[in-house]
Amino acid sequence: MIDIQEKLKEIGPYVEAADDDVLVCRCEEVTKGEIRQAVHAGMFTMEEIRRYLRSGMGLCQGQTCGKLVKGIVARELKVSPLEIEPATSRAPMRPTEMRIMAQDGGGANE
Amino acid sequence: MSKMTADVIIIGGGVNGCATAYYLAKQGITDVIVLEANKSVGHGGSSRNGGGVRQSGRDMRELPYAMYAVNNMWPTLSEELGVDVEYYQRGNLRLGKTDAHIAKLEGMASKSRELGLNMNVVDAKTVKEICPYLSDEVIGASWCPTDGHANPMLTTLAYYKRALEMGVRFFTDAKVKKLEKVKGKLRKVILESGEVFEGETIIVAAGYESRYIARTVGVDVPLFKYFEEALVTEMQPHMFDIMLGTADADFYGHQAQHGSFVFGSDSGLEDGIDMDIDELKTSSLTVSAGCRAIMGYIPLLANAKIVRTWGGWIDMCHDGVPVISKVDEVPGMILACGFTGHGFGTAPAVGLMLSQMVMGKETVVDISALSYDRFKSVR
Ligand SMILES: Cc1cc2nc3c(=O)[nH]c(=O)nc-3n(C[C@H](O)[C@H](O)[C@H](O)COP(=O)(O)OP(=O)(O)OC[C@H]3O[C@@H](n4cnc5c(N)ncnc54)[C@H](O)[C@@H]3O)c2cc1C
Repeated sequence: MIDIQEKLKEIGPYVEAADDDVLVCRCEEVTKGEIRQAVHAGMFTMEEIRRYLRSGMGLCQGQTCGKLVKGIVARELKVSPLEIEPATSRAPMRPTEMRIMAQDGGGANE
Repeated sequence: MSKMTADVIIIGGGVNGCATAYYLAKQGITDVIVLEANKSVGHGGSSRNGGGVRQSGRDMRELPYAMYAVNNMWPTLSEELGVDVEYYQRGNLRLGKTDAHIAKLEGMASKSRELGLNMNVVDAKTVKEICPYLSDEVIGASWCPTDGHANPMLTTLAYYKRALEMGVRFFTDAKVKKLEKVKGKLRKVILESGEVFEGETIIVAAGYESRYIARTVGVDVPLFKYFEEALVTEMQPHMFDIMLGTADADFYGHQAQHGSFVFGSDSGLEDGIDMDIDELKTSSLTVSAGCRAIMGYIPLLANAKIVRTWGGWIDMCHDGVPVISKVDEVPGMILACGFTGHGFGTAPAVGLMLSQMVMGKETVVDISALSYDRFKSVR
């Protein structure tokens, strides 16, 4: 069980940092500062972060920035990155055109 | 840890639970606890849905509060919550390719008009004017200009964030196992992990799992679960801001603010899905069927790449509308479940009405038809 209000108190307020404007997720242009602020707004999991900021939701689906985001979230929460669960990966493995995805045959109505 | 008693305990951190917490806090009731089973708030349907903010096609028992949300709440929600929830009110086209489709749409539109909603069937030429990217096979559509869409993930998390800021206490990884009465009144909420919370009013807004929870105090809500899937494409050049659906209901969706298209679809085999509620596995049959349906109406998207697919459970209610109700046999309990696959668009109104029920106020529209004891034997 995680008491969000208690955890927010424990990690203290968001304090601006010199490298906050570094781009972390290049596909969706999300900065380190935005990720840090989201944690202080209560987004503690990789799922919440990506739903709130779209980091890792672009073309590469987080393959480039996933680890970086995790490190930033862990640091902000004062826990080891090992404690942060990765966000779920989803099919398809690589972005695939609709006309190709459409080709399983279907056919019940034919 | 903070104290484990509260005026109000909300079970389920979905859009309905988070919205209720926010509207309670806004009216001064901040001694509120939200218990969410998952580590992430909004893990259920609330982060998995198609974002439709729809009035068209709603049951007459639901339409008044769907309209209330659209007329009074959605347009100012981003400003109110301090997060852009990407609400677009540009209308909903439900497309038809055959005479049978058009007849079905005529039926829906005339029923909606009787209930006071502006919805008409328009011809192929008008459809093209509203949305030039559609297939020439479309011969007409129903058109509801006041329907729209919003970003469900942002909406849910915006309610959560704002409620947190106002002092509501959220617990995640806090799965409720059972409820218990004390002296005839509902009082205790017991977690799988053993912790016990106590509240004056307990709202059960846990999607399909509401059924398991309510049963522990002898209340059985006739729900069944249905698995619904969705997909999203890579960013595309801006094409349109309307919501699209079809008379056949083979897909629905919209282009999101950042350019991706989000579509929901089915394979027709969903009734036979036998998957545990904790599993959320998509099927290759569904995405393939969805792509064929989408390309059949928006041929230009054939080369758009799909980047993700996902699915979520829907809490289907026996008669197609939710149960939003106090329970005579269990004083202190309020049920909010059975949203039947369209509980996102109504969430602002439902959250507001639940807060009013807690406070003993009259709800903004009459929802007595959504009472838990409406289910009667048909024999
Ligand atoms: C693919 C898909 C597309 C959809 N499209 C649309 C659409 O276009 N428009 C629309 O209006 N609606 C749509 N819906 C429906 C909509 O998503 C739901 O009606 C809505 O999100 C319901 O919100 P909720 O808060 O009631 O439930 P949920 O979001 O399911 O939240 C319930 C929460 O309770 C938690 N919970 C469960 N059990 C327990 C427990 N024992 N203890 C504590 N917490 C528990 C869950 O983890 C979950 O977070 C769609 C749904 C899906 C799946």
